[in-house]
Amino acid sequence: MLRRSLSVITVPVLAIVLALVVGAVVMILSSPLVSGHLDFVLPLRAYLALASGAFASFNGLVQTVVSASPLILAGLAVGIGFKAGLFNIGAQGQFLMGAVAAAAVGAGMAHASPWLAITAAVLAAVAAGAIYGFIPGFLKAFTGAHEVVTTIMLNYIAIQFVAYLITGPLRATGATFARSPAVGAAELPILVGRNGHLGVVLALITVPIAWWLLYRTTIGFEVRTVGANPDAARYAGMSPRMVLILTMTACGLLAGLAGAGEILGISHFMPAGYSTNVGFDGITVALLGRANPVGILFGGLLLGAMRAGSGLMQIQAGVPVQMIDVLQGVILFFLAAELVVRYVFRVRAARAELAGLETVSRSYGGQTTP
Amino acid sequence: MGGPLDSFRAMTDRPSTGDQAVQAPALEMRGITKQYPGVLANDHIDLEVRPGEIHALLGENGAGKTTLMNILYGLATPDSGEILLDGQPVQIASPSDAIRRGISMVHQHFMLVPVLSVADNILLGEEPMAGPVFMDRKAAYGRLHDLSRFFGWEIELDQPVGTLSVGWQQRIEILKAVYRNAQILVLDEPTAVLTPQETKEIFVMLRRLTTEGYSIIFISHKLYEVLEIADRITVIRRGKVVGQRIPGETDEEDLAQLMVGREVQLTVDRGTSHPGEPRLVVEGLHARDDRGRETVHGVDLEVRSGEIFGIAGVAGNGQDELVESLIGLRRPSAGSVRLDGHEVTGHGSRELHERGVGFVPADRHRYGLVLSYPLTDNLVLTDYYDAPYARGIVRNEGAIREHATEAVEQFDVRTPSIDVPASTLSGGNQQKVIVAREFDRELKLLVLDQPTRGLDVGSIEFIHRQVIAKRDGGTAILLVSAELDEVLELSDRVGVMYRGRLVAVMDGRTASREEVGLLMATGGRDPAAAAAATATSRGGQA
Amino acid sequence: MDFILHFPVIGLLLQFVGYMVEVVLLNGGLIITLATPIGLGALCGFMNERSGVVNIGIEGMMLASAFGAWYVASIASSFMPDATGPLGITLPLLIGLLAGLATGVLVSLAHAWLSISVRADQIISGTIINIVALGITGYLALLISQNSPRSAGNFGSVSLPQPVTDIPVLGWILRTFVEHGPITLSMLVLVVVLQVLLYRSRWGLRTRAVGEHPRAAETVGIDVIALRYRNVLLGGLLAGLAGAWFTIEYGNSFQSGMTNGRGFIALAALIFGRWTPLGSVGAALLFGFADTLGRAIRQTPPAGDLGVVLGAIPPQVFAALPYIVTIIVLAGVVGRSIPPAADGQPYEREATAR
Repeated sequence: MLRRSLSVITVPVLAIVLALVVGAVVMILSSPLVSGHLDFVLPLRAYLALASGAFASFNGLVQTVVSASPLILAGLAVGIGFKAGLFNIGAQGQFLMGAVAAAAVGAGMAHASPWLAITAAVLAAVAAGAIYGFIPGFLKAFTGAHEVVTTIMLNYIAIQFVAYLITGPLRATGATFARSPAVGAAELPILVGRNGHLGVVLALITVPIAWWLLYRTTIGFEVRTVGANPDAARYAGMSPRMVLILTMTACGLLAGLAGAGEILGISHFMPAGYSTNVGFDGITVALLGRANPVGILFGGLLLGAMRAGSGLMQIQAGVPVQMIDVLQGVILFFLAAELVVRYVFRVRAARAELAGLETVSRSYGGQTTP
Repeated sequence: MGGPLDSFRAMTDRPSTGDQAVQAPALEMRGITKQYPGVLANDHIDLEVRPGEIHALLGENGAGKTTLMNILYGLATPDSGEILLDGQPVQIASPSDAIRRGISMVHQHFMLVPVLSVADNILLGEEPMAGPVFMDRKAAYGRLHDLSRFFGWEIELDQPVGTLSVGWQQRIEILKAVYRNAQILVLDEPTAVLTPQETKEIFVMLRRLTTEGYSIIFISHKLYEVLEIADRITVIRRGKVVGQRIPGETDEEDLAQLMVGREVQLTVDRGTSHPGEPRLVVEGLHARDDRGRETVHGVDLEVRSGEIFGIAGVAGNGQDELVESLIGLRRPSAGSVRLDGHEVTGHGSRELHERGVGFVPADRHRYGLVLSYPLTDNLVLTDYYDAPYARGIVRNEGAIREHATEAVEQFDVRTPSIDVPASTLSGGNQQKVIVAREFDRELKLLVLDQPTRGLDVGSIEFIHRQVIAKRDGGTAILLVSAELDEVLELSDRVGVMYRGRLVAVMDGRTASREEVGLLMATGGRDPAAAAAATATSRGGQA
Repeated sequence: MDFILHFPVIGLLLQFVGYMVEVVLLNGGLIITLATPIGLGALCGFMNERSGVVNIGIEGMMLASAFGAWYVASIASSFMPDATGPLGITLPLLIGLLAGLATGVLVSLAHAWLSISVRADQIISGTIINIVALGITGYLALLISQNSPRSAGNFGSVSLPQPVTDIPVLGWILRTFVEHGPITLSMLVLVVVLQVLLYRSRWGLRTRAVGEHPRAAETVGIDVIALRYRNVLLGGLLAGLAGAWFTIEYGNSFQSGMTNGRGFIALAALIFGRWTPLGSVGAALLFGFADTLGRAIRQTPPAGDLGVVLGAIPPQVFAALPYIVTIIVLAGVVGRSIPPAADGQPYEREATAR
């Protein structure tokens, strides 16, 4: 059992190591743009700053977990989709819809009793995210429109929708820039450190629930069967259509919850140009975690640490925080090319571990689900 | 040499070998060994094919015949051994090497691109060119017409291959091989999808090719076919050559024993059946395929308890849609299905399952199993939601494992453990997992679609015995199989399906292969007219 | 007639149709211009998917090429004479174009390697390309912007002499189809060339065979892996052209994420166009039209009731229009649009299988 778990994590860990190496090369090659000459110790300074920003202080550690929580939720929103053979690239849009719903309801109940306001705002967010996940699920099941394209289109539509709401009906009066009013009573209470808010707890609780649902219930069995072999699922009396719709809705719900956490727990209002990378981060986390909730927890914490430490990296080493996007991309590249990673490091391990992901490209642009 | 053959010879532009009977073997394979993970597919195989002979390679499914031929065709690389053509050692690293050296292969599964036309399929890889970029299709048409005329066919070259019947697709495959100027022609189970009549036509055609100097390797596991067509027979068992025979000096019993390695009963002992009340009653059933074309046009049938009703037919005559309509995977467009007097038309697969319908699907990888799942989950695939395997939505892992342990024991599934993925088992053991799941309960109706396709003789015997046992227990059994022999061996009554209709129902113990085969090919039209039609007609819609 | 025009809904609809016709007549050239990256992207997808490789990474390929073309042109212009030739062609711009093409091929090489050799999931491979391209170009653009780089300018358009454009009908056709920059013109040529090659050349026949039934192709001696590699890399050239369009033809600068989903819309155009060059570019024109219409309504709204109605619609709706059209197109036609049978399936040679 231990050996098996080791072989599961080998490739993600090696992918991270390789990414750090490639990241170092990128930093060295682009260092003339920062300091005017090739700087060979820049990567060392940058990574040290990154690590100390993420782990060296109590607040840094809290910040790591706080940054990780939306990533964990988005990772689940992508990873659970993988289990059903769906590739949800729409966590971004689902997150935005959840966020704007939380901002709207929070603003409307800014003077209500806190628990009522929080409950209402969070419920509104998960409902908005769920609806936004339901749409591509429904389209996939009944028209065959592939979720990869529809969810991306919905992401762009969500951006426009948020811009419309916040520059229009939701715009706070008297603010210097277009933003929604403060959520007031709906702010999530801080439980730990400077910003360890209640949403973090919600995110962490979601992980075991998702695991239990996937592996210990008949619902999870149906989801996994539809992902592994939809024809066999139909033959076994399941309804792949309903399972797809249900799964996409659940994915949207999780991403919406992440949106609620960010608005109610951190920013407390929503600006018109609210930008987030949470959808792509979720994909990285889900792949790092092998679409397994426990793996996603660790993947989310790792990326959270990188996000939490990136500020100090920018200040101390002058490497822009966008470096994290590069690192993340390279990690992804090596995860996809796991054969390469194995080759480079001479690792032999069961390839079956990725089984949950191998079903994604099936039925591309194909017919409707039976 | 004379007559049409000369023009054919000129066409194929190849030196005649007809009058050089005694010379080096056309092909020699020496000590071919190929190891796949977990299985020694070829173990020092020697094979010698003389010019102008039909050499049969006989062996069970999984004996290593296809691997050997893939090595010859450059699709697989041997671990050791050598290949000699006309006495010269050669290296064959890819299909294009093989084609260049005059080897052509008709594969077990059609290697035709359905959306491309007949001409494009034949020309693919050997395209006649007008300049460096564009093809000169018209230049090739003349030669294609000559070739098809040589075999006495008339083919519409612009028709998409996917619209042809399987029999015609098989002819196109052979034409494709001949077009490539082959000297050695390998046919891997070419008759598996054909009617006995079509098989005869193909045999005539192969004989004709040998008089042209072709050497033919004919792969089969059907004993009587091998005895009928071959000049010499090499028998392979578990990757080894176990003997060589000449048809005149052997018989089916001898070949069967060589092939399987023990004495085999050639026909199942089906005993006597005691049919009871009608269990499944189908009236006027119509069904459409996925593209919306009606492929079942009003089928009436009745299966009684304790009886096996077999459906024979060439693949693609509506059997798939019929079966899917009966087990809840397809909603019939008209007609009624009743089970023990209850109306079940259009009911879903779960409901039918709960009413006591068992189903063994034709494609075990697509429908029957989730290959990445362990045996435990596969064995409860249809019952996972119900007690004792689940309480509410919570799975009962203990009960699931207990069930798997018992089922593996009872149905003799050879597996290292109940936790290994189904993909790691052999085909026969995978099928036993499905049989264990479907047979291991009270059944009113059992629908078997190609239950033994691709299995070894041992597994086939096992499954046939289980089917007979179910029949004796009073289950109504509907058996659909492209293997005419299987249908005839097991069925109490045999229905023949032709173009979406059940054109005849016969007594299974008295019906002959020829009789049923003719019905499969013609649907019972006037035999002479039908024969003429098959000889010259274009490939019809199957 | 007057009565109908005043009947609320029908009248408005008729007015709207009239307005759309007007938009086409006045802005036909703009429709083709705006359809160019989508059309070229779709042709890139065509090259990939007809040979059996799904390419969801067109967006990233275009973005990376847009960056490569712009940045190399910018560097080249700082030490090269920029004598302007016809169509505003300068040496730095040509070098930039080459760099854009090279970038497209390079990124495609990554995709080809991941999806053909490594046999990774092709959709995941494409998504990774999108993420990596966005991350790296964003990172580099940020670093570069600190040095305020100079722009190399952009390609100009063909301009026809007045007498020609004044010819009735033919003049309009020429203006619409010919008064473009070199990249847009190249798309108009490429679509015809590819369409002919697909059905008449050996390459076309083999590509179709490999996309439908690669094993059958291999058994007649076609090297499936090599053909897929070649087509994916050639597709990279097309994505490179599409990317260069953004930064050295339509615009002259690079912004992070500037492709804005065009690569995904290109995919929808490919599906809508049933995986044929002509069909895909036709569908791209539809998207170009949606884009043009949105702009026209904002800039030159129609008069009368229709103007009032359209004016009341928030501008974000028009910005979202191409994306909404994409979803409708996918939901409406995909069930009937059948992809190449082997699309998305990694090919394993029999020799290495089992």
